[in-house]
Parts: sequence; structure tokens; C-alpha cells
Amino acid sequence: MSMKPIVAEPIFPEKNYLNETYGIRSWFLTTDHKRIGLLYLASVTLFFFIGGFFAVMIRLHLMNPAGTLLTADQYNRMFTMHGVAMIFFFLIPSIPAVLGNFLIPLMIGAKDLAFPRINLLSWYVYVVGAAFTLYSMVNGGLDTGWTFYTPFSTVYSNSAVAPAVVGVFITGFSSILTGLNFLVTIHTMRAPGMTWFRLPLFVWAHYATAVVMILGTPVIAITLALAGMERLFGLGFFNPAMGGDPILFQHLFWFYSHPAVYIMILPAMGVISELIPTFARKKLFGYSFVAAASLAIAVIGFLVWAHHMFLTGQSTYAALAFSFLTFLVAIPSAVKVFNWTATLFGGSISFDTPMLYAFGFLGLFLVGGLTGLFLGCLGTDIHVHDTYFVVAHFHYIMVGGAVMGYLGGLHFWWPKIVGRMYSEWLARISAIVLFVGFNLTFFPQFVLGYLGMPRRYHSYPPEFQVYNVMSTAGASILAVGYLLPMIYLVWAAFYGKVAGNNPWPATGLEWQTSSPPPTENFHVTPVVTWEAYDFHNRPDLGLDVPGAKPGRLSPAPAHGDD
Amino acid sequence: MPSSLPFFPVEASNFAGNVDSLFAFILLTCLFFSVLVTLLVIFAAIKFRRKSEGEVGSAVEGNLALEVGWTLVPLVLAIAMFAWGAVIYVHFRTAPQNTLDIYVIGKQWMWKLQQPNGRKEINELHVPVNRDIKLIMGSEDVIHNFYVPAFRVKMDVVPGRYNTLWFRPTRVGKYHFFCSQYCGTNHALMGGWVTVEDPADYAAWLSDEGGDLNPVSAGEKLFTQLACVTCHIANGSGRAPSLNGVYGAKVLLADGSTVTADEAYIRESIVQPKAKIVAGYQPVMPTFQGLVTEEQILNLTAYIKSLQAQPVPLKGAGIAPVPAGKK
Repeated sequence: MSMKPIVAEPIFPEKNYLNETYGIRSWFLTTDHKRIGLLYLASVTLFFFIGGFFAVMIRLHLMNPAGTLLTADQYNRMFTMHGVAMIFFFLIPSIPAVLGNFLIPLMIGAKDLAFPRINLLSWYVYVVGAAFTLYSMVNGGLDTGWTFYTPFSTVYSNSAVAPAVVGVFITGFSSILTGLNFLVTIHTMRAPGMTWFRLPLFVWAHYATAVVMILGTPVIAITLALAGMERLFGLGFFNPAMGGDPILFQHLFWFYSHPAVYIMILPAMGVISELIPTFARKKLFGYSFVAAASLAIAVIGFLVWAHHMFLTGQSTYAALAFSFLTFLVAIPSAVKVFNWTATLFGGSISFDTPMLYAFGFLGLFLVGGLTGLFLGCLGTDIHVHDTYFVVAHFHYIMVGGAVMGYLGGLHFWWPKIVGRMYSEWLARISAIVLFVGFNLTFFPQFVLGYLGMPRRYHSYPPEFQVYNVMSTAGASILAVGYLLPMIYLVWAAFYGKVAGNNPWPATGLEWQTSSPPPTENFHVTPVVTWEAYDFHNRPDLGLDVPGAKPGRLSPAPAHGDD
Repeated sequence: MPSSLPFFPVEASNFAGNVDSLFAFILLTCLFFSVLVTLLVIFAAIKFRRKSEGEVGSAVEGNLALEVGWTLVPLVLAIAMFAWGAVIYVHFRTAPQNTLDIYVIGKQWMWKLQQPNGRKEINELHVPVNRDIKLIMGSEDVIHNFYVPAFRVKMDVVPGRYNTLWFRPTRVGKYHFFCSQYCGTNHALMGGWVTVEDPADYAAWLSDEGGDLNPVSAGEKLFTQLACVTCHIANGSGRAPSLNGVYGAKVLLADGSTVTADEAYIRESIVQPKAKIVAGYQPVMPTFQGLVTEEQILNLTAYIKSLQAQPVPLKGAGIAPVPAGKK
């Protein structure tokens, strides 16, 4: 099925951001947001596979109650480094720093982000942080859990805590710089006619994310600095033997790390809000409610952190307040799901790969979000807290939600990024493989959790084995689902069919310029006269709008055509 | 207990049934919405599938009534879940009177538990059925967590403070307990068994072995060894207040506020004596931080608790001339 009813043969643009300049320096000193996006793509992919390797080790080890593969200390390092690699070096930067970097200027009709050199700086900051963390991983490893709970991390751990803490501390600043860049760009660089309520929801989601990055990340920096000082210099902030308070650490840690969940999921929601209207060829249902929901999540998300601490002995009243606020933050997510669903009604739905990811996201995010209720609810949290129920829940959100969103976005914008198409059939198959493998991996973990298997166990009582074996089997399928896209997307970048400017077609400004875009994005500054996802007033897309004149219009010459 | 594919753990405490009912309520609500949304998505995906290449969807923008509806309905359900959960949690955090108190110390990577008569166990806990049990828990090193899945209860065990955990076992049997807060190398091995017995069996077990000094006597001995007795003179004539009747009572502090003398207060007064000064006394007590183990603190506490039975002093904390029998 050809996506493009309009023109004869799409042409690969002779000059674009990929071939404008050559050589190592032209990449490592670039200030082009698109190239920086690709630098991030390479580095987060590296960490995805490092973290994935640890995950494979974990799942293989747990096939047997006694543990098959690793010593207790090795196992503890595996799950810790899996978490650190995936959260700080893959999930948090993935969608914002790769897709957000690449797309935000294109979507709002700008030439670049507001501070191109700060954008490059943010990547270097990330790389320096990553280097410290990798150093820790190969020189002693890290066994504190990604949560670095004190006083274990600051006094008792025999692993390379200090370099890892320094690494995560440094990387946080790349997040702050990216967030700052996005906020300023969205405020000041929108093209003529691109009003706030014409912005694609991807941009709204990144706006909300940027707020969280700027306000939250400094707190983790402070927290890790204090923990580092306690570890290195014996200053007693958190160690009760020196008059410190270990629970204080948890408050500070979660003050960032809970909002950080929204740093990971909000951009994925932004991607889904692009995919569903595009492949249903219909305006997003309740645009302003979905945009407001992003902001509500960002704001309320700052007020729920202590729901990670219901069983630390914190005051009952605090627990009541935080549980209530946690239920509140669930509402805007529910509103989004309902709006996405409603968008499908009356649409013209196709099942291209990105849309399969959107469907997958809907299903998995639904499970992930709803199981959060059991944890936010005080009565049930007493039982499921710190069990595999939690592990399953947050993997449904982080992997089922954020990674499905990320992969859906990569497949959607890959033709824009490299100018070529991947194999549609291969892509659909791997989307389905991922969905099946994911559920087989993580669904049994809900049952394990309710049965009472605690997290972070290198060995377990034999009655838990059945579900662990299922989970490991699922993980092997999941691994195939992740390797396939890696292969065919890279292949497509060199040998894929030329995509053309707007293969799907979609309504965003990024599709008005060539694929891949020129370095300056647009040859002529675009002027926006349409609402987001408005297929009815876009004769340039060449679709059969009821009531419009029959016959195909020629593609708009407006912008970006070389 | 397990069949080949277990789904639910056994219910063996007063909390288990409540937690499971709430779980079922949330589960059914969630199932309803997930099935609803899934069916709607599948229905739409089939009914509104693209029929021709150039087809576009209808020009719908949204619907205010729907938006309000699907904001309010989940909100109401969410508040219901919150409220039910809150009721269980408050009950769980409020231990009843007249509990059987058991002291629990977590350390890397074992549990030390001590019955009221002094009988000690490691990674084993014996309790009588249908009796309110309160665990008073401290840690020697890092944060641990005492978790009994069959009872549906857990609580962190935090160094530097006491957390308590109460439950009433309702079913005779042997149940796993786990450490569920990651605590280092052998975290996964830091567990054991709770044995719930008929009161008679429990009593027999308890008297089976009298080797250990009970905590009160051990505490009394320490009280002398550490020279606490030289200032905390029972008749109130010392440089420090008499401790008779202090436990559970309100103590007036130098800054005019009062504090209830519970385990946490006693512990703090031992390791950080300057934190709260009793009205009318000088801050002369040295800190015992690092000089006493958590276990010794628990013994001292048990001893001070036993003084509760002594005639209640007439005024303040350092009063009550009792012709004290002790020391």
C-alpha cells in the first residue's frame, strides 16, 4: 500500500542537514539541533543496550530459585546498574533529547533551538556524566539500587558509589539545559501564526516536561551532592549514627525522582497525541483538555513524592495527604486516555507501524496507570509496596508507556530524520513481537508481587518459580523485538525507499519541509493558518475532503521544496 | 500452601481480608475501565478503518459534557478508593492497647527477635493465634523492612528510630517473612518463618527454654552497669528524674512543652540526651550513642517500661518518693 497518493516519485533532497558538511568535527562541533538529536540518539541507544544487557543477566539468573548465573553481589550490581543506565541515561533523555531536540524547532517553524551552543553543551555534559557512570560500572560496579538509599549507599556499600553519584549529578545538568532551551524556544521562536493553541501536543508535552526538568533536577543534584559528601568526607547528613536522618534522603530523592517519572512519560504522551490524529486523520478530541492535562500532571506530580514512603514510619497524616494527591494526579492521565480513544471515533484509521505502537501504548499505559492505583492506595500499598507488583507497575509505565512511545515516535519520524522508509512489514511484525514479549515478561510479575515476592532478590522461595520462568521467557521475546528495529532502521537510513516530504501524510510543520530537512529547516519562514491536526483545511495534503472540490490538488509548493 | 499456579497468598491476619477486599474492589473497577476502553478502541479500529487512500476523518473537535463526565466519574471512584485505603491504613498504624510486644532488631543480614519473657529467636518468630501482636523494631545498620505476605503487613525498620508494626494472626500455620527493603549482599536471604500457634502451644514453647535473661532483668543489670542508677534515683533525690511511672506518661520539658514517654522518646533520651531536657533538670547526662547496642537499648527500655508498674510519682517526672525496692 502506497502512503502517498499525490505525486509521482519522491525526490531525495540533494542538500540536507546530513550532507551539508562532512567530517568528524562537523558532527562533534555541530550546533544544528537535528545533528545534536542524532548524537543523543547514538548515546541513548548505547545505554539502552548496556541497560538491556543487565536486564538479560537478571532474567537469566532468576530462572531458578537459587539463582543460576551470578553471585549475590553480582546480581545486586546488575539490577542497580540496569536501573541507573535505563533511567538516568536512557529514559530521561530519550524522547526529549532525541525527538524533542530534532522536532521542536521544526514543529514550530524555527531554524534551531534558542541556544544552539547550549544545546551542544548539554550533550557534552551528558557524555561526561555518562563517562563517570561507566567508570563506576566497570570499576567495582554499583550495588545501591538506583534509589541510592542511605545509609546503605553512603556508609555500608562496598561498590563504586562515588563515581556513579558524580556521574548522575553531572548528567542532571544536561537535563536542566535542555529544559531551559525548550522553554525559551517555545516561548520566543514560534513561526508567524503558530499560536499557543495551534501548537502540536508534542510541543505542549515537552513544555510541561521542561518545567519539571528545570524545577526538579536541581533537587536531585543537591541530594546527590549531600550523599556524596557523606560517603567521601563522612559528613553526617543522612547517617543516624552521626545524627543524620536517612528518611530525609528519601524525601529529597523522591522530590525529584517522582516528577522524573513524568519527565519520562509526558513526552511519550506527546508522541501518542501526534500519532493518533495523524493515523486517524482527525483532529485530536479535546485538544485543550489534553494540553491542560499535561500541565496538570507536571504541577500535581510535584506534590506526590512521599507516596514512595508510606511504610517508612512517616506520620499518618502525611501519608493521607500524599495518597489523596496521588489519586488526583491519576485523573489527568485518565482524561488523556479517554480523549485518545474518542479521537478514534469517526476517524479514518490506518494500521501503519507508528499507529500499532500507539495502540500498544494505550493498552500498556492503561495497565501501568491503573495498577498505580493499588500503590497510591494506602490500604493496598501496605501489602504490595516493595514487591514485584511495583516492578511490574513501573515497567508498564516506563517500558510499556515511555519506550513504546519512543519507538512509535522513531518509526513515525524516521522518514523525516533520514529521508527514507523502513520495511513496513518487518516493522509491524516487530511491534507485535514487542507487545507480546512485553506482556509475557511483566504481567506475571504482578502476580508474583501479590503473592509476596519482594523486589531485588537474587534468590527466592521455590513457589515463585513458575512466574519467574514465564517472565524470563517473555524477556527473550522482548529482546528480539528490540533488536529488530535497531537493524532495519539503520538499514533504512542507507538503503530504504526515498520517503518524500510527507509520506503519511501528516499536518505538522515538520512535514512541510524536505526529508531530511535542510540545515536551516525551512528556506522560507512558514506562516501557519491552520489548527493542529486539521485535515479538513489542508488542500495541500491531497486528501479527499468531503465537500471540497473533487480531484487532487498538486502538493503545496509553499515551504521547504528544493 | 502453593498449588502449581498460585494466585492469592493465604489470609492469616486481621488485615488480610480487608486488604484483599479493597484489592478486589480496585481490581474490578480497573477491569471495568480497561475492558471498556479496550473494546471501544477495537470497535473504533474496525468500524472506522480507512476505506480509501484519500479518506479523512470527521471534523469533530471535542465535547465539553464528555470531558466533564470522564473527569468527574474517575474522580469520585478515586476518592472512594482513597477513603477505603485510608481507613485500613489508619487502623494499621494505630496499635491497640494490651498488645504482646516483641522486640525486633534487623541487621545485615539477619533478624533478632525477642519475646517478652526474654526468649530470643533468629529469623524465626513464634506468636499465639488471635492475640494482638506489636513488633517494636530497630536496625543496627541500614534500612530493612519486616514483611509477612500472609498477614499483608510490612513496615520499614529504620536505624536511629523505632517503627512499630502490629497485627493479629488469625490462622495457625507457618508463614514466610521477608526483608523487603534492599539492604545489601544477602538481602534476599534475610527472611524466615512466622509460626502462629495455639496459645497453649505458644506458652509451652515459650517456657521451653529459659536460658536467656528476660529483657527487664537484662535492662535492670545494664541500668546498674552503665551507672544510670547513680543519677536516676528511684526516690527522685538524684541529679536526674526518677523513672518510676514515666513510661506512657506525659513528661514536662524545660521549654514548657510536653512529650509522651514512648519507646522513641526513651531511645532518644539515651542516645541524644540533650534533645529533650526534663523541666527542672540540668543537661548533664552524657550520650550513649555508640556505647550501647540496639539490643541493649531495647533491654533498657523494657526495664524502664517495667517501672511503669511502680507507684506513680506525685508530680513531674522526677518525683514520687517510693521506698524503691530496686537497685
